[in-house]
Amino acid sequence: MHEETRKVELIIGKILRIGVVTSAIVILIGMGLYFMSGSGYPAGEFPRRFSAIAAGLSQGKSYSVIMLGVFLLILTPVLRVVVSIYAFYKEKDTLYVVITTIVLVILMFAMFMGYRS
Amino acid sequence: MNSMLLLLVMGVGAGVLGAILGIGGGMIITPVLTIMMGLDIKYAIGASIISVIATSSGSTIAYLKDDMLNLRVAMFLEIATTVGAIMGALLVGMFSSNFLYILFGFFLLYSSYNMIRKLMDKKGEAVFTGHDPIVDKFKLSSTYYDKAEQKQIDYSMKNVPGGFIMMWAAGLASGLLGIGSGAFKVIAMDTIMKMPLKPSSATSNLMMGVTAAASATVYFFNGSIRPDIAAPLAIGVLVGATIGARLMQVMKPRIIRMIFIPIILYMGVQMALKGFGVNI
Repeated sequence: MHEETRKVELIIGKILRIGVVTSAIVILIGMGLYFMSGSGYPAGEFPRRFSAIAAGLSQGKSYSVIMLGVFLLILTPVLRVVVSIYAFYKEKDTLYVVITTIVLVILMFAMFMGYRS
Repeated sequence: MNSMLLLLVMGVGAGVLGAILGIGGGMIITPVLTIMMGLDIKYAIGASIISVIATSSGSTIAYLKDDMLNLRVAMFLEIATTVGAIMGALLVGMFSSNFLYILFGFFLLYSSYNMIRKLMDKKGEAVFTGHDPIVDKFKLSSTYYDKAEQKQIDYSMKNVPGGFIMMWAAGLASGLLGIGSGAFKVIAMDTIMKMPLKPSSATSNLMMGVTAAASATVYFFNGSIRPDIAAPLAIGVLVGATIGARLMQVMKPRIIRMIFIPIILYMGVQMALKGFGVNI
């Protein structure tokens, strides 16, 4: 294997780790807040739209912090695809830059459909 | 507090198993949440999709660092899976889900039969290293270091179109039936394309998170993902997947296959019975 390839893979690994660790820390902070001050919402309710989550965050509500962390976790696979495109670009592998970009476009389309539904 | 602790512990278990086998763990989490904890199926599905993503992201970090997964195979086949998943989501309701459960159930049973035969075979985990025009064109062959056998293993594969179609079908199944597709992904790479089991599992781990991200957004915004369930589960699974990804590398492929077989056998029986209207 090329030295360059390995180096790029290790960089991708680092970026992915930052993404996963960030989402885990946000979730853990949310859990900590939950044990200190409850959910911040009436029983059985929790925020799920960005506007509601943002409003809850500004008031330090634990469920909003958790939902932010969960959403960051959902974004980690997207991050993986994005950095893979960069990796193939660094390897000058045009075929796989194209293939991975197609994956990203399909994924963004599907996520957008999910947001609209 | 108690239920959060239970979710955390269950998450660790599902994460370990999922990372080793390249499956999402929904088949463990959904029944525990619905039957043992009496949770609505809607929230159980939301929780299992979070577990799939956490397994995938947690294990991929280790598999990437140790060069266990095949990024080219993952992205090449991911096109088939994501297209299948979108088609599935659009076609929901147009097919009888019973028929699909029976079809995929029997496919899993047939796959477990194939895997048992491979286990019995004297050649065992022999690695395919031959040439194939599609594999060469798409530069899919690769290499990994097997810590259990303490040697570098170069591998190639074949039947890429068959694997591609299987991946498309796996995506379709996940879109139509809301089931995870990790097991189908491993079968596509291991059984159909003749990739070694370890990179198949690692690559499936990488892929299943990407496939699940799209449906996870649906569940996130329609309120199926409950913070009090998702938080402890996600943390547990992340920890479990990190452990599992290290464990898998020192396990013999034969042992991994021995764990894989009863699980797809169980899934196959469960799905086929569901198709006939029996829930277990």
